[in-house]
Amino acid sequence: MTEVLRDTSGVLTGQDAAPVLASQPMRVTGGLVDRSRSVRFTFDGKSYTGHPGDTLASALLASGVKLMGRSFKYHRPRGVLSAGSEEPNALVELRSGARREPNTRATVAELYDGLEASSQNHWPTLAFDAMAVNDWLSPFFTAGFYYKTFMWPAAFWEKLYEPIIRRAAGLGTLSREPDPDAYDKGFLHCDVLVIGAGPAGLMAALTAARAGARVILADEDFALGGRLIAETHEVGGQSGAGWATSAVAELAGMPNVRVMPRTTIMGVFDHGVYSAVERVSDHFAAPLAGKPRQVLWRVYAKRAILAAGALERPIAFADNDRPGVMMAGAVRAYLNRWGVAAGKRVALFVNNDDGMRTARDLMARGVEVVAVVDPRRDIRRQAGLPHMLGVVTGTTGRLGLTGINVRRIDGREEHVVCDALAVSGGWNPTVALTAHQSARPVWDEKISAFLASPNAPAGLIPVGAAAGAFSTHGALASGAAKAAEAVEALGFRAPAADLPQAEDAPVRIAPFWHVPGKGRAWVDFQNDVTVKDVKLAHQENFRSVEHLKRYTTLGMATDQGKTSNVLGLAVMAELTGQSIPETGTTMFRPPYTPVAMGVLAGRSRGEEFKPTRLTPSHKWAEERGAVFVEVGMWLRAQWFPRPGETTWRESVDREVLATRKAVGVCDVTTLGKIDIQGTDAGLFLDRVYANTFSTLPVGKVRYGLMLREDGIVMDDGTTARMGEHEYVMTTTTANAVPVFRHLEFCRQCLWPDLDVQLISTTEAWAQFSVAGPNARALLSRIVDQDISDAAFPYMACGNVTVCGGLRARLFRISFSGEMAYEIAVPTRYGDALVRELMAQGQDLGVTPYGTEALGVLRVEKGHVAGNELNGQTTALNMGLGKMVSKKKDSIGMVLSQREELVREDGLRLVGIKPVDPAAQLKAGSHFIALGKDPVAANDDGWITSLVHSPHLRHQIALGYLKNGAARMGERLRAVNLLAKTEVEVEIVSPHFIDPQGERLRG
Amino acid sequence: MAEHRLTPLAPLGHAEPIEERIGPVLIAERTDVAMASVATRRGWETELAARAAQAGLPLPPPGQAAENAPWGSFWLGPEMWMVEAPYATHEDVAAQVKPALGEAASVTEQTDAWVRFEVAGPLKPLFERLCNIDLDRFAPGSATRTLMEHLGVYVIRRAEDRMTVLGPRSSAGSLHHAITVAARSAF
Repeated sequence: MTEVLRDTSGVLTGQDAAPVLASQPMRVTGGLVDRSRSVRFTFDGKSYTGHPGDTLASALLASGVKLMGRSFKYHRPRGVLSAGSEEPNALVELRSGARREPNTRATVAELYDGLEASSQNHWPTLAFDAMAVNDWLSPFFTAGFYYKTFMWPAAFWEKLYEPIIRRAAGLGTLSREPDPDAYDKGFLHCDVLVIGAGPAGLMAALTAARAGARVILADEDFALGGRLIAETHEVGGQSGAGWATSAVAELAGMPNVRVMPRTTIMGVFDHGVYSAVERVSDHFAAPLAGKPRQVLWRVYAKRAILAAGALERPIAFADNDRPGVMMAGAVRAYLNRWGVAAGKRVALFVNNDDGMRTARDLMARGVEVVAVVDPRRDIRRQAGLPHMLGVVTGTTGRLGLTGINVRRIDGREEHVVCDALAVSGGWNPTVALTAHQSARPVWDEKISAFLASPNAPAGLIPVGAAAGAFSTHGALASGAAKAAEAVEALGFRAPAADLPQAEDAPVRIAPFWHVPGKGRAWVDFQNDVTVKDVKLAHQENFRSVEHLKRYTTLGMATDQGKTSNVLGLAVMAELTGQSIPETGTTMFRPPYTPVAMGVLAGRSRGEEFKPTRLTPSHKWAEERGAVFVEVGMWLRAQWFPRPGETTWRESVDREVLATRKAVGVCDVTTLGKIDIQGTDAGLFLDRVYANTFSTLPVGKVRYGLMLREDGIVMDDGTTARMGEHEYVMTTTTANAVPVFRHLEFCRQCLWPDLDVQLISTTEAWAQFSVAGPNARALLSRIVDQDISDAAFPYMACGNVTVCGGLRARLFRISFSGEMAYEIAVPTRYGDALVRELMAQGQDLGVTPYGTEALGVLRVEKGHVAGNELNGQTTALNMGLGKMVSKKKDSIGMVLSQREELVREDGLRLVGIKPVDPAAQLKAGSHFIALGKDPVAANDDGWITSLVHSPHLRHQIALGYLKNGAARMGERLRAVNLLAKTEVEVEIVSPHFIDPQGERLRG
Repeated sequence: MAEHRLTPLAPLGHAEPIEERIGPVLIAERTDVAMASVATRRGWETELAARAAQAGLPLPPPGQAAENAPWGSFWLGPEMWMVEAPYATHEDVAAQVKPALGEAASVTEQTDAWVRFEVAGPLKPLFERLCNIDLDRFAPGSATRTLMEHLGVYVIRRAEDRMTVLGPRSSAGSLHHAITVAARSAF
């Protein structure tokens, strides 16, 4: 909260009558910047000074810089048009190096000491831009030009046309370096979110907060007050800025209020969710250590008060885009808030009374006003104003405005010398957020503008100018009334509104959109769309507003048409002879203003993109120099290189041979473990597994196959019966979560009548596979109980203790074909256990092995794994058809018996070896009969898993082959059309090692 | 505690749990609490409540945690709780809980499935950057499951300024990173 008070302190300390500096020739008296301090910055390499409270735009204007950018397509010289986030012209690159950020609006870039800014979209310099040749060639660059020009040949589009267009008609350029800063994400909750801290928003926030509601007040600006700090209106007998400061101070002091300056509400989502981007560090050269640059907040609000104000709209006339032509409201903002005069001789072109205040404000500060051009015949003339009834038909000047051409109502034409022109075509309520869920705004004749649709998102309530209440009194009153209504609906009692006195001028406007005539009159400054382009779109039958947008690019890019959309469709309405409501408006979508990609990513980047899971033996494996592989989020040891081993194959071959010869140890904690208890646990397992588990004796393990409803294999693993009503299921690593979710679905939804309880214990136990002829010898030194073959036979399981009394679980199961066990201890002892196994097994030849060796061992034994359980294969395909019990019903059993799935000549798991032992196969190769063409029609199956067997000293593979069981000994071609390889192979049994299983039971 | 020759490793990979102070918050890894899940066997709801009450084991309603030394517990799901007790006296906690509840409940050891962080200090600025919990509506004694940096976690508010975070043990490092980064950002 202190941050807020500091931010708004500039409002209090801004003093009148400061000396005008030579370096800031356009700085006049007044304003809310802190003139006691100077801030140095550079623009295009040249040094300037401004004051705290300035934006880059206000400081540049104060320094006499009008030319701030080049336009998108024609590279026209451009100056600042607005004083807010709607700015279409003054796009700049901020900062340098990796922190360079293109396409930022100078009008909202908060000035800080050392700010580096540069203009963009020009070559070689801003003042002399060779690309401005586009402006001369503009007849060729009309609406839809690239659809017409770059039609042929189509192949040229991606490689040639698009890069050229992007380079020529570009915005800023990226640094092409990683963003060095961090971005946070977070969650906020409130009763009332107030969007915008102008008079309506402040009054709404005060009303809701005083009623006791939890309030968040967010405003995109760094200084709060909205138009109150840009106008000279009084509120409650004090300056608008003064009242705003007191209101913010009161709010900031309340424990139920969170005031968030520099925070833009970007989007409205379902159920009262709003996204907000808070710019925490953009006003520093670099974020403080550990601090984010920006935070993306997800705001949960029961009600939202939309007090986003209104945006002034331009009038289109010939060459209305010269630097020096600005919105009238912006001219007043620069004058009143920042103490900057837009020019020395200022003219006005307005169609509403509101614009005339600009003249009075300027004259009050001693700025000469040379003309107030107004097309309305019924204007109320004001004494001392140089009224001219008529329209502006054109402008002069190249890099800056030098004068305007005026055609009076009586037809007289004259040239007025001026260096700034303030334009006002009226105000458009900022209703963008109300349209984020597809409710199109509706036209209101009284104020000649669009208002929020009655179908706008529930709970989002427009107030003040955003609701068409343009006077200060109207804003305050509607903010108070709607906020009171909102909090009372939530059960709060709103105290009677204490409305301060304020002006209540009625809206007097005559819609006026563009001045007909020769020359190009800009509608969309950012996209270089002129009245002519709109006419062309009309002529070529792109008349729907949505077509108009796509054809001309009107309303696209960084400003999303904030100043141009209504003007564009008004011109289209004129051309079609339809009313504006009939013409309609395009859709608004999030985000309201551009957002950095970084803030969407948050902390999820690089190694933090997702969490990492480490096995219990990770630290030990790391010390042994293990190479790790990502398995989902897990990091598993892939192999353990030893000194002298130069290739991974050497390490893996050694690990495999050592396991087959002596004993190997592998961390298998990553396999899913699910504790299944209850009196119906056995029945439950009979239903989820294709084979039977209710008959499994206590103290025994069984291999199980789980089918999907459609009969395809979902997962496999072993399940151990630890007690009468207690089973422990293991799943594959990849399916640990999906299987658990599946079981919960079965338990909760399919058979809620069963007495079954489930919980995952994957991480509770550190589990190691101990495999090889010396496995028992090694484990005998660890396990406190008798584990002789008689006491603990093949497929036994039970609770044991290890190392003198630590509780543990032992399973005699094998994935390698060797005599093997899996031993589990509480996870905190996993590290100690693996070290103990290594120490105790030294003389037994113990060797740690990784996932690669694990893979070789299982392929040698012919066990299926992920490559075979690919979501398309049945138990029958795997040669495990007999496991699907017909004696009971189970998930997938019926559909696994479909005719095509039980074909005798269907795919079967087979072993493959190359005829030439030295030949190198490719995984994924397809089987083609000798002498047949390698085409789909002759495809007999494919290789699923391929390894080098150090035991057999040649490659071996598993695969699916049509009618495979009947084709043992047959020779085929293994063809890989992608790698362009072909190897002759022989089909063999998938059990390359110990087909009788003697080792297992030894 | 069982006498054996193995030495434990804390979830963050050190012999002892790690403590870190960042600004006003203390983030402490803890390994001295044993845990077991307790799930009601179907049809035993009333009996379980009676047996638990007799054993002094609190079984709080949804969204709540409760304490009755040496036991603590919090709600996990319909008819399911996590029971906590000091590790020093209840290392084999499932075996210690099961006899009191008998056939009325399924009990599963959960101690080492989780990494436990005790966070002490101002909670709101930290947790609003970590998870979608409305802390103003999450009074002491509240417990819930939520998501932090893609990780499913349990959070239990012990006091105005104390929160327990339980996350998957294998991701202890990632969770700790997330919490400390958020703390540096917030304070």
